[in-house]
Amino acid sequence: MSRIDTETARRVASLSRIAVPDAQLPALAGELSDILTFMEQLNEVDVDGVEPMTSVTPMRLKRRTDEVTDGGMQARVLSNAPDAREGFFAVPKVVE
Amino acid sequence: MAQDLNWLSIADARDALHRGEVTSVELTEACLAEIEGAGALNAFVHHTPEIARAAAEAADARLRAGGDVPAMCGIPVGIKDLFCTKGVPSQAASRILSGFRPEYESTVSQQMADAGAVMLGKLNMDEFAMGSSNETSVYGPAVNPWRRQGSETPLTPGGSSGGSAAAVAAGLCLGATGTDTGGSIRQPAAFTGTVGIKPTYGRCSRWGIVAFASSLDQAGPMARSVRDCAIMLGAMAGHDPKDSTSADLPVPDFEALLSGDIRGKRIGIPREYRMEGMPEAIEKLWSDGADMLRGAGAEIVDISLPHTKYALPAYYVIAPAEASSNLARYDGVRYGHRAKLAAGDGITEMYEKTRAEGFGAEVQRRVMIGTYVLSAGFYDAYYNRARKVRTLIKRDFEEAFAAGIDAILTPATPSAAFGLGEMTDSDPVEMYLNDVFTVPANLAGLPAVALPTGLDARGLPLGMHLIGRPWEEGDLLNVAGVLESAAGFVSKPAKWW
Repeated sequence: MSRIDTETARRVASLSRIAVPDAQLPALAGELSDILTFMEQLNEVDVDGVEPMTSVTPMRLKRRTDEVTDGGMQARVLSNAPDAREGFFAVPKVVE
Repeated sequence: MAQDLNWLSIADARDALHRGEVTSVELTEACLAEIEGAGALNAFVHHTPEIARAAAEAADARLRAGGDVPAMCGIPVGIKDLFCTKGVPSQAASRILSGFRPEYESTVSQQMADAGAVMLGKLNMDEFAMGSSNETSVYGPAVNPWRRQGSETPLTPGGSSGGSAAAVAAGLCLGATGTDTGGSIRQPAAFTGTVGIKPTYGRCSRWGIVAFASSLDQAGPMARSVRDCAIMLGAMAGHDPKDSTSADLPVPDFEALLSGDIRGKRIGIPREYRMEGMPEAIEKLWSDGADMLRGAGAEIVDISLPHTKYALPAYYVIAPAEASSNLARYDGVRYGHRAKLAAGDGITEMYEKTRAEGFGAEVQRRVMIGTYVLSAGFYDAYYNRARKVRTLIKRDFEEAFAAGIDAILTPATPSAAFGLGEMTDSDPVEMYLNDVFTVPANLAGLPAVALPTGLDARGLPLGMHLIGRPWEEGDLLNVAGVLESAAGFVSKPAKWW
């Protein structure tokens, strides 16, 4: 039975890029543990020699020609940005 | 034809439109008026009456011109908020997409528009299609038009396509689009006495539909009859070069396959679906359903799908894993919500605050579970194991079909619609159990349909569920149509809204 402790919960939240206040970490750890316990039923299944599914329908992914099909629509690309300046997406400073 | 145009079936409306007995403008106005008066249902969350009126006029012009007019021409429909619709808010019921107006149109909604269907507006749903009760929606839950006899307790229309189900059941539109990742079309259909089909994976293009779990997501129609679903599916389905998983197969005339003849069909009853503590009403519904199909000349066969028990835990590894990856794109940079930043906050704080504010609790939970099962050290133990179990679940179905089974009959849900808020205090896994009968078809990529066949002791609709062979939606709908006729379900919710 794998239990997720508060430290693991903190790490998972950070990997997920979701801010979780310290006070909520124990409750989160409990919820995640319950879900994982539910998933651990899968350990009862004999999966020796079974291929993991990659595609539910037996089909090869189609290939297309690698070519430019569209473009020249900067304003439309930026139209939903929370912050766009001078034709670019704007974000907080990334490098000093 | 003056009255209750909003309650017409798609088939009858189409015939009346083609005979010139009604106009699309009249149908559309009837639906818009119903929507206007149905605020209490919270089904439509973005209203587009101007778009609807313009589309209705264009449809009428097309019908007047005559010629080969598509079946959906002039039919008013609702579109789930998960579909990107050009210039119209498309939020997946999430705060993180507030204000998002796509510059493009999903393939399915474009095909519907090309066929002349009239979009009335966008429909409520669980946030990012994650939920079984519509309660995770940023808009607040849609409400089921059905109530328990003698009670005013508001009930869930199910989820995630709860707005679609409520709108169809309340006569606000003639049909609606839904999407189904683990049961999100079929469970709400069962909770609202409507019909919904999840087609074979790859039948409908996923392009322009906000992604939840890409290997499981499929769009499908929700309507008030099997025939209406067949008609609408014809407009939604088809190959799309923009979705590499969409199947390059011809789309049959599904409606033409509704022969009503199922003599000699072999219908499987899987013993593993007989759950401990299943309500008696559901047990009876199931055996009655089998009797009806037998009465129509089908052969009822007991079958075994031995890995059924593991479908739900496998699903709740695979779906969150894919979701954590798909939802990584919501970072506050290109669209939607961005959190207000404090002095000195860098880009990581921007991501973390934006996603904490933008995602609701259930979405956060699934993103984190998905992140965990994909993280180094756990990938094999959880994610790869779940994908192997998925292979076994699909193999169970393949063996049943290879043994001559044409369709599989099961209940759609373990209960009738429950009250809004009733599950709030239960743990997340309890809510997940709503999907126990529907999830296997997603894992195996199979078409499956839910339809109402009875009422429970308190007057709430109950649904049966049929799972079919891949790409044989026509055959599956034909079996469903026979069950529909035999069950003769005609009840409608009494109007209180």
